[in-house]
Amino acid sequence: MKHLKRIGLLLALVLALGATVVLAQDAPSGELEIFSWWSGGGEAAGLEALIARFGELYPDVSVINAAVAGGSGVNARAVLTTRMLGGDPPDTFQVHAGEELNAVWVAAGLMQPLNAIYEANGWLEQYPQGLLDLITDEEGNIYVVPVNIHRSNVMWYNPARLEEWGISVPTTWDEFFAACEVTMAAGVPAISIGENWTQVHLWESIALGVLGTEAYNGLWNGTTSWTSPEVVATFETLGRVYDCANEDLNSLSWQDAAQRVVNGEAAFNIMGDWAAGYYLVDLALEPGTGFGWAASPGTDGTFMMLSDTFGLPVGAPNAGAVEAWLSFVGTAEAQDLFNPIKGSLPANTTADIGNAELYNAYFQDAYSDWTSNEIVGSLAHGLVAAPAFSNAFAGLIAGFQANGDAAGAAANAALLAIQTGLGS
Amino acid sequence: MRGTRDRTIAILMLAPSVVLLGIFVYVFILSTAYTSLTNLDSMRQLGGIAPDFVGLKNYLDFFGFSPLDTRFRIGFVNTIFFTILFIAVCLGLGLLLAVLLDQKIKGEAIFRTIFLFPMALSFVVTGVVWRWLFNVNAGLNRLPTLIGLPQGTFEWHTSQQRILEFSWQDFPTIIAVIIGLFVILPAFYYVVQRRSRTAIYVLIVAMLINGYLLFVATPSLWTANARPETHGFNLAIIAVVVAAAWQMSGYTMAMYLAGLRGVAEELREAARVDGCSELNVYRRIVLPLLAPITLSAMIILGHISLKIFDLIYAMGGGDLLQIDVPGMFMYLETYRGFQPARGAAVAMIMLILVAAVIVPYLYTNLKGEAKK
Amino acid sequence: MTTQTAPAIPPVVSAPRTRQAVPMQRRISQVVIYGLLIVLALVFLLPVFVVLLTSLKSTAEVDISRMWALPQQISFESFGLALEELSTGLGNSFALVIPGTIISAVLGSLNGYVLSKWKFPGANILFPLMLFGMFIPYQAIIIPLVLFLRDIDLFNTLPGLILCHVVYGLPITTLIFRNYYSEVPDEMLEAGGIDGAGFFGLYWHIVLPISLPGFVVVAIWQFTQIWNEFLFSVTVAQGTPTVTVALQNLSGSQIVQWNVQMASAFLAAIPTLIVYVLLGRYFIRGLLAGSIKG
Repeated sequence: MKHLKRIGLLLALVLALGATVVLAQDAPSGELEIFSWWSGGGEAAGLEALIARFGELYPDVSVINAAVAGGSGVNARAVLTTRMLGGDPPDTFQVHAGEELNAVWVAAGLMQPLNAIYEANGWLEQYPQGLLDLITDEEGNIYVVPVNIHRSNVMWYNPARLEEWGISVPTTWDEFFAACEVTMAAGVPAISIGENWTQVHLWESIALGVLGTEAYNGLWNGTTSWTSPEVVATFETLGRVYDCANEDLNSLSWQDAAQRVVNGEAAFNIMGDWAAGYYLVDLALEPGTGFGWAASPGTDGTFMMLSDTFGLPVGAPNAGAVEAWLSFVGTAEAQDLFNPIKGSLPANTTADIGNAELYNAYFQDAYSDWTSNEIVGSLAHGLVAAPAFSNAFAGLIAGFQANGDAAGAAANAALLAIQTGLGS
Repeated sequence: MRGTRDRTIAILMLAPSVVLLGIFVYVFILSTAYTSLTNLDSMRQLGGIAPDFVGLKNYLDFFGFSPLDTRFRIGFVNTIFFTILFIAVCLGLGLLLAVLLDQKIKGEAIFRTIFLFPMALSFVVTGVVWRWLFNVNAGLNRLPTLIGLPQGTFEWHTSQQRILEFSWQDFPTIIAVIIGLFVILPAFYYVVQRRSRTAIYVLIVAMLINGYLLFVATPSLWTANARPETHGFNLAIIAVVVAAAWQMSGYTMAMYLAGLRGVAEELREAARVDGCSELNVYRRIVLPLLAPITLSAMIILGHISLKIFDLIYAMGGGDLLQIDVPGMFMYLETYRGFQPARGAAVAMIMLILVAAVIVPYLYTNLKGEAKK
Repeated sequence: MTTQTAPAIPPVVSAPRTRQAVPMQRRISQVVIYGLLIVLALVFLLPVFVVLLTSLKSTAEVDISRMWALPQQISFESFGLALEELSTGLGNSFALVIPGTIISAVLGSLNGYVLSKWKFPGANILFPLMLFGMFIPYQAIIIPLVLFLRDIDLFNTLPGLILCHVVYGLPITTLIFRNYYSEVPDEMLEAGGIDGAGFFGLYWHIVLPISLPGFVVVAIWQFTQIWNEFLFSVTVAQGTPTVTVALQNLSGSQIVQWNVQMASAFLAAIPTLIVYVLLGRYFIRGLLAGSIKG
């Protein structure tokens, strides 16, 4: 018996040893280069938190946080493109879901499908179908793991000031222009606008409000004509909005513009919901009292989204570690770690969104819209058009701001759509 | 020291630098030139689609045959106005400072240090600092309020005001008028007065160019794009000129000061003895001697202003069209729009402009030196 | 005009008048000159004043409407924050500027020595061709440059950026040394040549020992240029941002208050300013060398 016991013990030991060897072989190790443009503020802190937790789970992997700062990701994308062209991809990189992913990286065959990871983790049931559609190609391959959701079409205001001026939150652009007359009479711009890209951002909210969901989507799939009177009307509306805005728009960052609203120097501001993080954390305001929000005029019931994702490029040096990273960042745990710090919604529906300690009143509200509204994609943030289009469109908006020619802007956009193969 | 072996060593020592510069300057320029004649697009390239040769299409698009390339033309017009103003201010201010410092004053070294120190800064630093000074609601605009005056209202680098407006389609006509005023009329005068052969050639060439500009370029621009495209002098450029001149006038001052010190004191004294007032000593003796320095300064300043990029980026953040310049557009087109072919075409246009200024300068300068 | 007619007036009569008038005139013109100089100096120093004024305020006190007010309490908070933001950039810039300056100075010295003392046929054509490299807009070479660096595995690295600055610094360093050495009389070298010294011997024993001022001019020039450069940094070395790139990013994309921005601008300017103030004379020499005749 003693003998047997000993043999049993020995066997168990051998088995355990074998198991650890096998585990050690399977467990990813080596370096993992994570490429992003999250180099500052809540974004960087959120990424650091993810990396720290990942390090606890996979102690053998040493993460290289290759964040490239500046230009809202412009610099990072330039470096990434050069590296990819030279066959030197990072292990994994941040990319906006949608055309920025599809028209560039997927179309070039540079991304590896991740369906196995989705199936192994049961994510096909955990992620909203509308989002999955954005990151799936025609053959049903899924290429990236989304870590967050932002909303683009949000209008911010200061509830106390609106009461003071006696205006209510406009639900259409006509109501907005009525409110504009009131505030302008009081010597306050009705809307604060910032530098060029925030104007593209503003235009997409106007286009969605003026055109409606279907025609807005039609711009990107080729079923809405850019020269139609309705599209010209989007530029005309933008022109009238400029007349309701601060004079120094081109010199303001989005933060400056957002701050004007809480200071009472403008009635409204249209910005993505990263502004919520700015109001909450940087300005320490209470949601609902310090700042209020609504869907931008004419877009109630529609959620214009953008999403940051990570993927696995072809030729990634340490694919095993990337798979571990992706399997981690897609989980509810990781998303509850990242999003409260970054100030965004979790993409995974099993995340603990009901937890008020993690997600404040704004996000609770936004989440209910996210799960009930129609979903469309943002132009300014890479979802609906390839970079060639959006880059030139920024110049087009700047030109329109200078000359105010709505029909000309629409005609140029039509030409641009043809040149860049939009919707084809 | 004239041994053949040592001579060979000397050439060998120079060789690495020559080869490096040969590749990094000339081979790269040729490569850029070729790229500018294609439709290279990084995104298509990623997908393995090779670029096609498209000839001068990118250049023609920029100069008016594509209504989408307004941005290039804004930058091009801005550069012209910026260059003229920047050179004028730097020369004027630099000369004033140099003449003042030339008056045998006390504390000259301190003043010189103050006027020259911005030269030691980066254009990025200059841009960041002046952006703050030009802030519409703060900065310089608020300065008058300190002494009870109303706040300034000029919006500096973000100003949307524009004067001297013209349609781009008329640009060739404007150039033709300028050539007419500054080349054809003087040449005609010379022909009549002195029957100079050179003047006749100049006249013929200028009239041919003008004929092309007036009867080919202008109509074809209007055919390509019938919608008038307004350009002009964006007043926002004034802000850039202020910042750039703040940084660079010290440079012209140093050049002029070196020149003034080179004018022999005996010469001035002689003039004074002849009864020349101090003002006339400058006007008649000193300034004519400074003419070559002025030319050098114009060329150095001109080539800086034609390729300016970092100051614009720091002041405007990249997409402020009122102060856009080709250098900025080239960067964004290549690395944000992923269209290196178009970026290369912008770069070649910049290179041609700079070379037109620099090559004759290098040529005359070094030829003069060889004669010595 | 009056002065030209002056000789017509008998000198005896005019002399006492001028003796009285000149000091008066001189005094007025002195007042005008000093007045102008002081006003202009204040204008030139205004940005510095604003930088210090803003950066010495705490974040709580930075307010556009009180921009010109003196800080109620001097605070170095912004410098701490700026240092935090810029420390990587400052480190990278030092790691870049030191080797970049040394290598280009040494190469420039050798090139200048060859071009001034070992003239060979074709040198008069070669030299302007080399010089042209310092005037070109770098946009014209940046696209192939990035691809080239990528192919030799130096893209997005400091060594790659050092290479750029060394190569594109060669024309100016060569020019400065060539002009410097051409003032060294050939006889000095002839004398050495008689002693049997060759190319390196002459360089080592005769040229190098008198090169210190040349090296100082070149080193200051290259230090300033490399430290302040932006286009190369922003395109070929984003992964290792230099101080100018870090400063630009700071002012461009994040929630950064003006006091921190001004403190950052100040920090980014300090190294070149120190060099300028301490060695201004040599700085000016390099400056004037840039206009070739120097």
